Amino acid sequence: MSLEDAFADGPAFIPYLAAGDPDYESSLEYVEALERGGADIIELGLPFSEPIAEGPTIQNAVVRSLEGGMTPTRFFEFVEDLDVSVPLVCMTYYNLIYRYGDESEAQRASNTSGETVSNGPRPFVEKAAEVGIEGFVVPDLPAEEAGPLREACDEFGLDLVFIVAPTTRGERLDRMMEQVSGYVYVQARLGTTGAQSSVSDQTGSSLERLADYDVPKAVGFGISSGDHAERIVASGADGIIVGSALVDIVAEGHENGDDAETVADRLETLARELKDGAVAGASQRPPHPERT
Amino acid sequence: MSADGKFGDYGGQYVPEALMPAIEELTDAYERYVLDNEDGFMDDFRARLRDFGGRPTPLQRADRLSERYDREVYLKREDLLHGGAHKLNNALGQVLLAKYMGKERIIAETGAGQHGTATAMACAHLDMPCEIYMGERDINRQRPNVFRMKLNGSEVNPVTVGRGTLKEAISETMRDWATNVEDTHYVIGSVVGPHPFPSMVRDFQSVISEEARTQAREKLGRLPDAVVACAGGGSNTMGAFAEFVDDEETALYAVEAGGSTLEVDEEAGVAPNSASLTTGTEGILHGARTRLLQDRDGQIMESHSVSSGLDYAGVGPELAYLVDTGRVTAVNVDDDEALTAFHRLSQMEGIIPALESAHAFGYLESVVGPDAPDSEEADDLGEYVVVNVSGRGDKDLESAIEETYERDIDIAPNMDEFTGGL
Repeated sequence: MSLEDAFADGPAFIPYLAAGDPDYESSLEYVEALERGGADIIELGLPFSEPIAEGPTIQNAVVRSLEGGMTPTRFFEFVEDLDVSVPLVCMTYYNLIYRYGDESEAQRASNTSGETVSNGPRPFVEKAAEVGIEGFVVPDLPAEEAGPLREACDEFGLDLVFIVAPTTRGERLDRMMEQVSGYVYVQARLGTTGAQSSVSDQTGSSLERLADYDVPKAVGFGISSGDHAERIVASGADGIIVGSALVDIVAEGHENGDDAETVADRLETLARELKDGAVAGASQRPPHPERT
Repeated sequence: MSADGKFGDYGGQYVPEALMPAIEELTDAYERYVLDNEDGFMDDFRARLRDFGGRPTPLQRADRLSERYDREVYLKREDLLHGGAHKLNNALGQVLLAKYMGKERIIAETGAGQHGTATAMACAHLDMPCEIYMGERDINRQRPNVFRMKLNGSEVNPVTVGRGTLKEAISETMRDWATNVEDTHYVIGSVVGPHPFPSMVRDFQSVISEEARTQAREKLGRLPDAVVACAGGGSNTMGAFAEFVDDEETALYAVEAGGSTLEVDEEAGVAPNSASLTTGTEGILHGARTRLLQDRDGQIMESHSVSSGLDYAGVGPELAYLVDTGRVTAVNVDDDEALTAFHRLSQMEGIIPALESAHAFGYLESVVGPDAPDSEEADDLGEYVVVNVSGRGDKDLESAIEETYERDIDIAPNMDEFTGGL
């Protein structure tokens, strides 16, 4: 199923978890629980050591995952080991994509001068396609620098999701919309990721700016409850993206030493609440002229 | 440099989308005010550098070092700039630019504290509120600078994630910027980050080489054979080199922190050095494509240097480019050599240099010192050598005491007789 198809039957619920947080085996269970809870697409984080777009919750998840031994190679194994049928999106920073497969062991051994041969994003995208990833979100890759990754995605049939910020307007928005595919990630407020107690009022105006672009709009940053999900979808979003509120459950379970099954149940419960909220929000919307 | 801030394949703008409008706004301001001197910005900047900053700084002949190294050694005394380091050139330029842009708040990151101090001073001078992010570990290593920032009215925010050094402080400042981008300017402290920062910081710092070039002509009647500067992120390096880049007869040496060893512990994700020009590989960090200390997967490594000002896993993209193209020679000295040079310059010239700058002197000793083997490098250095004293060492005294205790530095004062204790 393509990413865009996931929006066909109503609002899409798109949860995020960092792969391997807090450990490989538990993380597999947690991601699978999200599908049981109603996920339509799952964003899987491949942790980078300098996650500059993330708030403390996901920063800490990244640290746990890296300390647990997560690497790009391990990440691809993780995706293969997952038993889910919904499309998966890899969310990571550009350096990991750019560096993957750059040097063979032999090259490295003979390379003492620091010279590297850079293959760019192609090997990573090829491998991602091979294990069944459907698309990418790369928070530190603006449309201006995305050419090589877009090209590789086209070659292997993957989507490239861009994040539209509340500050994105005019030519930049057009440039991004020319390259985006799958869905557009609408950043609900300025700042970094992190669960919030209230929904940002910047969302409505962001969605309005995007109204003329024919691509599903999924809103993220700060959504933590079914009520948030309902209001965001009611205000016109085609989907919701939720990360930190779910990662908080993983973190809490880890700190309290709860067993993986219990944590997975909690994730499934919140996932269902979010999905139900999104569906309830959709019923409050005026019918979409093109989708009825 | 091309209009999009690329130096060969290096440079660029790899930042979260929320920051892109601010980067575009800054690029526009850089082109108008800095490059085109709109509203007399550069005249204002130069006047403030002179009257507030104390420029020009002298180009001083180092008599005893000249004798020791059997050549003419001249010191570009950025340590005599207000605040005690070259950092003021850039901080004053950027805070003034933010003022011209109508920004209301300044944020900055700092490693050794010199950039934070310079930014805090510039903000006090220009009446701008300022918050500075600093790794917790660096706060402990650089207490006098933390106090100086606070004295100047800035807030200092400790960064506890990761190892608590410059790399984490930069990430944290970028997060603040992404949250408050509409009224806040981020004063990046070196020639790193997304375009236009590497070019803009170089332009603000190029006053160093502009003066050095003029002063060399006046004093020596010629250009120097070599310019030597330490390189962490590379701001004093690019400042000292910029106006010499087209003077092919002047060799340029960037001296990196070799730390304890150039060997890398991939398993632990640690590079016990900060020599990204020497040992790094190409990658993308903090907004730019450049040379980085990273593992085979692209995860950024923890760097190390006895000098917290050099302790960074990346380097400016233009400097990386100049090294790749052969215009700049990247060399390195280890912690012990740098600390020994710190003591030597203090004893022989009455100048206590920043531990950063001590690396540049460590390189001279290793190539043309009395115990150095005959080498081509020594010949290449030539007859007239300018060393950039990027800053003074007062800020480093606490760590110099500690490090000297821990090491066997034969020319150091007898630490057993040192009554200050640890």
